[in-house]
Amino acid sequence: MNWANLFKISLKALANNKMRAFLTMLGIIIGVAAVITMIALGQGAKQNIQSEISGMGSNMIMIHPGGERRGGVRLDPSEMQTLKEADYEALRKESLFLAGISPNVSSSGQLISGNNNYPSSVSGVSTDYIAIRQLNVEKGEMFTEADIKKSAKVCVIGTTIADNLFPDGSEPLGKTIRLNQVPLKVIGVLESKGYNSMGMDQDDIVLVPYTTVMKRFRAINYLEGIFASAISEDITDLATADIEDILRRQHKLKDTDENDFMIRTQQELSEILDTTTNLLTTLLACIAGISLLVGGIGIMNIMYVSVTERTREIGLRMSVGARGIDILAQFLIEAILISITGGIIGILIGCGACATVKYLAHWPVAIQLWSVVLSFLVCTFTGVFFGWYPAKKAAALDPIDALRYE
Amino acid sequence: MEKTVIDLQGIRREFIVGDEVVHALRGVTFSIKEGEFVTIMGSSGSGKSTLLNILGCLDTPTEGEYYLDGISVRKMTKNKRAVLRNRKIGFVFQNYNLLAKTTAIENVELPLMYNSEIGAAERRTRAIDALKAVGLGDRLEHKSNQMSGGQMQRVAIARALVNNPSVILADEATGNLDTRTSFEILVLFQKLHAEGRTIIFVTHNPEISNYSSRNIRLMDGHVIEDKVNCSILSAEKTLAELPVNEDD
Repeated sequence: MNWANLFKISLKALANNKMRAFLTMLGIIIGVAAVITMIALGQGAKQNIQSEISGMGSNMIMIHPGGERRGGVRLDPSEMQTLKEADYEALRKESLFLAGISPNVSSSGQLISGNNNYPSSVSGVSTDYIAIRQLNVEKGEMFTEADIKKSAKVCVIGTTIADNLFPDGSEPLGKTIRLNQVPLKVIGVLESKGYNSMGMDQDDIVLVPYTTVMKRFRAINYLEGIFASAISEDITDLATADIEDILRRQHKLKDTDENDFMIRTQQELSEILDTTTNLLTTLLACIAGISLLVGGIGIMNIMYVSVTERTREIGLRMSVGARGIDILAQFLIEAILISITGGIIGILIGCGACATVKYLAHWPVAIQLWSVVLSFLVCTFTGVFFGWYPAKKAAALDPIDALRYE
Repeated sequence: MEKTVIDLQGIRREFIVGDEVVHALRGVTFSIKEGEFVTIMGSSGSGKSTLLNILGCLDTPTEGEYYLDGISVRKMTKNKRAVLRNRKIGFVFQNYNLLAKTTAIENVELPLMYNSEIGAAERRTRAIDALKAVGLGDRLEHKSNQMSGGQMQRVAIARALVNNPSVILADEATGNLDTRTSFEILVLFQKLHAEGRTIIFVTHNPEISNYSSRNIRLMDGHVIEDKVNCSILSAEKTLAELPVNEDD
């Protein structure tokens, strides 16, 4: 069989019916473009959420008190007082896998500055907190170890606090604000981080030395939690195990005792969100896949009509010596050419649509190479699969009947 | 002396239509030598279409033997017959059967497209030669819808010539043409005959038998007459005697 000639014959037949070939292609074009765009949108959303999670502090490990039982009654973790400053000091000194560690104690109430006030809460933390949460001090500076040592009455505020307490736009640095009768001098303003993916305002934040909160606001000797960050995301599990060992030793727990603290990592959260976005991507891809299937059926439909319409031509080709397999190959090549050309145009349009969405709507999109390759393979397969039946029908025609067909 | 191109021996062809058996051919025997111009005539239902299909290797006989160039066709598969048609037979149809929106040269190239032994350059040369032979050397790139009936039939004849066939089978090749154009086509067939080609012309028009070298007449599936034409008329002469249409 002469493939080059058959290819020429098919190409010629398509060129003779450009409009029809294009309309047939349209189904494939839309299908492929939809698959690529939908997957790009789904994956874009996923990457966006992932980057937000890591923006919250990617390697973050949170330690909370908990799990303790008194007389068979489980207590609310916030009521428990099992995490002490000594635990924090021990972790800070002994753990090898932590890049930063900070206690967390908070106190809430009405912040007051002059005649402006705003309901919020202060977080008592250490100097590492900034690095753990990936915050940046825009103006002024973070408090120091010395401030922590002497329970200094200083604070670093987020932009939401600054905007509400100083609505006239005056400089917050150096001003004094009050919470529960305690005056705090503003020594730094944080760079704005905006809202996170769960709708929480990340700029509604007041950072003060944890000793200040413990001694001056709450008069307590325990911590509500400890934030830490692992050196890298891969060793988060190692770091967690290390923290568990140190804390169990600190708390003098026997092997049979349950932990009286809880360790959480961002990985859990990111896994949950991954599952959700993967589901979303699958759903979008399914819808797009259906449109590709419909496009394929369009090819079959047109090829089928085309075989009927060109019965005489088929008869003539057979009379001048085309074998059944030559006719089969011709129609199959036509179907494949339609689907591959449609596929290529669809890929271009899909990529174009992604770029447009990114540019106009600022949605996160991430074109996946595998989705491009996959949709191309699928539409080639579609061409063969849906072209086969009409081609088979054409090849099986009897030349005498075909020549006489009106 | 001359080679036998076609040899039919007791050809029978039966069709089953519903419960009835239709005998289209009831034992047809004749042979045709190289260089003959044979007209096969008969009224409708005489079996001439069936005979043409068998001669053209489109169909096989129920009984009897058919040798084309010494090759037995009866037990050939569909694909083998397709290849045989490609190499040994040229068809000319009543309704031309040209490919739409396709140039004369591409139409003529068609049989060679299915012959992988012939390359693109040779294919083109042979198509041009065939078109020149039918007097269309100046219309190579004309598309089929830009040509008159006579021109289209010439393209079809060129297509039948291009594979240098053992026999040209014409099926009512002048049936769709007016008298003048019919004779022009007949002139062409006579010219091809003079060049030594074997032509079988199937028609129901008895007039044409005057221009061929041999007539076979069919009736109800039998050959009822088979005679050599000793006084072949010149189609060219007849054409010259035809009244010229004033609007041409």
